[in-house]
Amino acid sequence: MSDLFTTIVRSPVARKVGVPQPTRLRRFEPGMPLCEGPVLVAGDGRFADGIAAWLGGAGVPAVSTPPGEGDQVGAVVLDLSAATDPAELDQLRLLGAPAVKALKRNGRVVVVGTDPTTLTDVAAVTTQRALEGVVRSVGKELRGGATANLVLAQGDAHDGVRSAVEFLLSGRSAYVDGQVIRVDDSTSGDVDALRPLEGKVAVVTGAARGIGAEIARVLSRDGATVVAVDLPAAGDALAAVANDVRGTALQLDVTADDAGGRIVEHATARHGGLDIVVHNAGITRDKLFVNMDDDRWRSVMEVNLRSVLRMNEAILGEGGLADGGRIVCVASIAGIAGNRGQTNYGASKAGVIGLVTALSRQVADRGITVNAVAPGFIETEMTARIPFATREIGRRMNSLQQGGHPKDVAETIAWFAQPGAAAVTGQVVRVCGQSLLGA
Amino acid sequence: MASQSTPRAPRRVAVLGGNRIPFARSNGPYAKASNQDMLTATVDGLVARYGLAGERLGEVVAGAVLKHSRDFNLTRETVLGTRLDPTTPAYDIQQACGTGLEAAVLVANKIALGQVDAGIAGGVDSASDAPIAVSEGLRQTLLAANRARSAGERAKALAGLRPGHLVPAIPENVEPRTGLSMGEHMALTAAQWGIPREAQDELAAASHQHLAAAYERGFFDDLVTPYLGVSRDTNLRADSSVEKLATLKPVFGKGDGATMTAGNSTPLTDGASAVLLASEEWAAEHRLTPLAWFVDAETAAVDYVHGDEGLLMAPAYAVPRLLARNGLSLQDFDFYEIHEAFAATVLTTLKAWEDPDFCRARLGLDAPLGSIDRSRLNVNGSSLAAGHPFAATGGRIVASLAKQLKEAGGGRGLISICAAGGQGVVAILEA
Repeated sequence: MSDLFTTIVRSPVARKVGVPQPTRLRRFEPGMPLCEGPVLVAGDGRFADGIAAWLGGAGVPAVSTPPGEGDQVGAVVLDLSAATDPAELDQLRLLGAPAVKALKRNGRVVVVGTDPTTLTDVAAVTTQRALEGVVRSVGKELRGGATANLVLAQGDAHDGVRSAVEFLLSGRSAYVDGQVIRVDDSTSGDVDALRPLEGKVAVVTGAARGIGAEIARVLSRDGATVVAVDLPAAGDALAAVANDVRGTALQLDVTADDAGGRIVEHATARHGGLDIVVHNAGITRDKLFVNMDDDRWRSVMEVNLRSVLRMNEAILGEGGLADGGRIVCVASIAGIAGNRGQTNYGASKAGVIGLVTALSRQVADRGITVNAVAPGFIETEMTARIPFATREIGRRMNSLQQGGHPKDVAETIAWFAQPGAAAVTGQVVRVCGQSLLGA
Repeated sequence: MASQSTPRAPRRVAVLGGNRIPFARSNGPYAKASNQDMLTATVDGLVARYGLAGERLGEVVAGAVLKHSRDFNLTRETVLGTRLDPTTPAYDIQQACGTGLEAAVLVANKIALGQVDAGIAGGVDSASDAPIAVSEGLRQTLLAANRARSAGERAKALAGLRPGHLVPAIPENVEPRTGLSMGEHMALTAAQWGIPREAQDELAAASHQHLAAAYERGFFDDLVTPYLGVSRDTNLRADSSVEKLATLKPVFGKGDGATMTAGNSTPLTDGASAVLLASEEWAAEHRLTPLAWFVDAETAAVDYVHGDEGLLMAPAYAVPRLLARNGLSLQDFDFYEIHEAFAATVLTTLKAWEDPDFCRARLGLDAPLGSIDRSRLNVNGSSLAAGHPFAATGGRIVASLAKQLKEAGGGRGLISICAAGGQGVVAILEA
C-alpha cells in the first residue's frame, strides 16, 4: 500500500542521503525454488543429516562446510539439538558466523534445537534455552530481508522438524522473523509440494476482505476448496472472493448461536467434509480503558473470542472437523504486548492464545492441530487508516523495517493447515518481521 | 428404416436457491446502476452462494421491462460479465411484471424435458436508469435524412424538423391502449369490487411487518447479497402501522371513494433477482439439496380494453385453470404468494375467488374457489414492503417461497403475479 511518505523515502534522492531502504521480500509463488542458493547444513544434532538429504532430494544443494571467500549461501541451518553444555554453543558462532556473512539477500538462518521443556538436566536446559537468545539477536542483526528462526524438537521424529525448516526456508515465511516454533513427534506422510492442501475443505471466517480474503486465496492456491464466511452485510465483497477462489460464499454472523452448526452443515453437505477452519473474523473497537463502554467491550469479546469458543463446540462435535483436521486462530501482537486503547482487543487476542494452548492438548488424540498466527503491522485498509506518525513507527519498528502483507499472514496459516505440519500444534507464530513490540 | 426415438418422460425440476440484491426505491442508491450492472451482481452472488464459478449452465433466461435498445442481448451480455463459464447460453424475455416468473417457467420446462440440466432464471429493472428516446417526429425525420441520396434530399428531409420534435420520449407507466396508468386501472377495479381503504392499509402494514421480521430472523441471509452499500430493501418500514398508513392521501382514483395511497401501492423500484433451477440429478451431482420442486405454471390474459375486466385480474383466471389441471382446491396450499402490485390487487383477487357470481359467470365454475387462510399469505412480506422492480419480482418470490417451504419441512405454495397488458402468471411449488 503506497502513500506519499513511502514514495518519498523510497525515492533515489532518499536512497542517496542514506534513508534506510527496506528490502523487497522474497514471497512464495508456486514453482519458486525453496531457497536461492546452497544451504549450509551443519551441527551434530539428530536432524542435520536428514535435512541435508531431504534438501538434496528437493533439488536444493546442501553443503556441510562454511563457504569460502567470495561464495554465497541462500540459507544456514544449524542443528544444535544435541548440545547439552553451554560450551557447545561456540559451534554456533564458528559454523554460523562465516555463513551468515555470506548470506544472500532474503537469506535464512534456521537453528534447530531440543525443546528445553522436554529436558531435565540443568546444563542441557540452559544450553537449549540459550539458543533463543542467539537466534533473536541474529535476527536483529540480519539485513537484506534475511530472517532467523528457531525450531525446537520435542522428540526424535523428523517430520515436524522438516516441515518447519521447509516453511522457514521458503518464501512462505517472508515476514516471520525471530520466532520459536515447537514441533512434536507426530509423523506425516509425503506431501504434494505444489498443492499441499489438495482435496481439503477449508472454512475461513471474515473472508470478505483484507487478511481473510488473502487467506482464502492462499488456501485455494494450495489446493483447498474454500468456504468463505462473512457477515450478510459484507456479502457483495464475500461473493467476489468466493468466486475468485471458485469456492462458496456463506453469509452468516459468527456470533449467532448456530454459526458453528451452519458452517459444519454447509461444508459437509456442499463439499463433503471439513478439514480446515480458520477463525479469522475479528473487530476492533478502541477506547482507553477508563472510557471503555459496555458495547465496545462486549462486541469485541463476542466476535473475537466467545464466538470462536462456541463455534468450536459444533466444529469439534459429531460429524464436524475430520480427524487430522486443522484449526487456526488469528491472535495479534496486541494480545502479546498489549496496545494502548485496546484493552478489549488485547484481552480477546490474549484469550485466543490461551484457547490454542488448551484446545490443542484436548484434540491431540484426534490428530487435530490448533495453532495461531499473531500478525504484527500488516498493510491493510485498516492499518492505512492509522494516523501517519503512529503508522510509520509501527511499520518500521521491526527487523525487516517494513510492514507485512496480508499474504504473509495467510502463508503461515496455510502452512499450519498442511498435512506435513501435523507435528505443529499449540503454537503461536508471530508474523511481525520481529517487531520490537512484545518481543 | 431407423426407429423413431421415444419421447422422454418429463423430469422433476428443483428450485435450488436464489439471490437478489436489496431492492431500492428509484432515484436512490442504485440511480446510476444499469440493468446489466444489477443483474451481473445478482448472478455473481448466486454463483458464489452455490459455487458455480467456471460452471457452464444449460441457459440463463432473464429480462427487464424498462430496457434500453442497446440492451438487446441483456442477459447474454450479463453472463459474459459474470463468473459463469462464458459458454453458458442466454436469452432475454419480457412479459411485463410476469417476466421473472415466466423466465423460471421457461427454464423449468427445458429442464423437465431434458433439454437442459440446470439454468438460472432472473429479472432486473431500473426505474431510475430508464431509457429516454427521441420523439417519434425527430426519429422519422432522422430516418428520412438517413435514406436521402443527395445533399439536397437530406436538406429537404431535415427541413421537416419542428421544435416540438426535440421533446424526448420518456417511458410512462401507462397502458398504451387506454392511456390510463396501472394505478388508475386498479382504482377502477378496486372501486368496482368495493375494496375498503382500511383493508388495503392492513395488508400493507402486514407486508412491512412480515418482511422486517424475516430480515430479523436471518431468513434473507442466503437469499440476498448486498449491493452498493445497501443490505436491506430501502422501501421497508419496520415500524409501519395501519394508523400511519391511514394518514396518507389517496393518489389513484377520484373523489371521496379513492382508497389507493402511496402506502398501499408499490413504489417505483430498482433491483434484480435470480433463481437456480436444476434437475434432481444435476442437484445431486453438485451436492445441492432442492428447496422445493417447480410443479406447474399457467398464464392467463384478460381483455381489459374491450371487455369489462380489470387490468390486473388475469391471475384470478389463471389460478383456477392451474388448480383444475393439478386436481387441487384453493385451500390445498400451505403458503400463498400473491404479488402486491397494489394492496387492492391482492384483495380484489381474493374477493373474486370468494364471489359465486364471478366464479360462475367469469370462471365457469359451479362453486366459488372460496377463501384462503390469510395467515398463510405473503408470510415473509411482499412487494408493498420490498418494492417491485418489475421483472425482478418473480425471482424474489420463487426463491423466498422455496426456502419457506423447505423451512416448514414441506408443503405446497401458490404464486400469483399480475402483469401489465392484462396478463397474469401463476405457479405451484412443492417441497
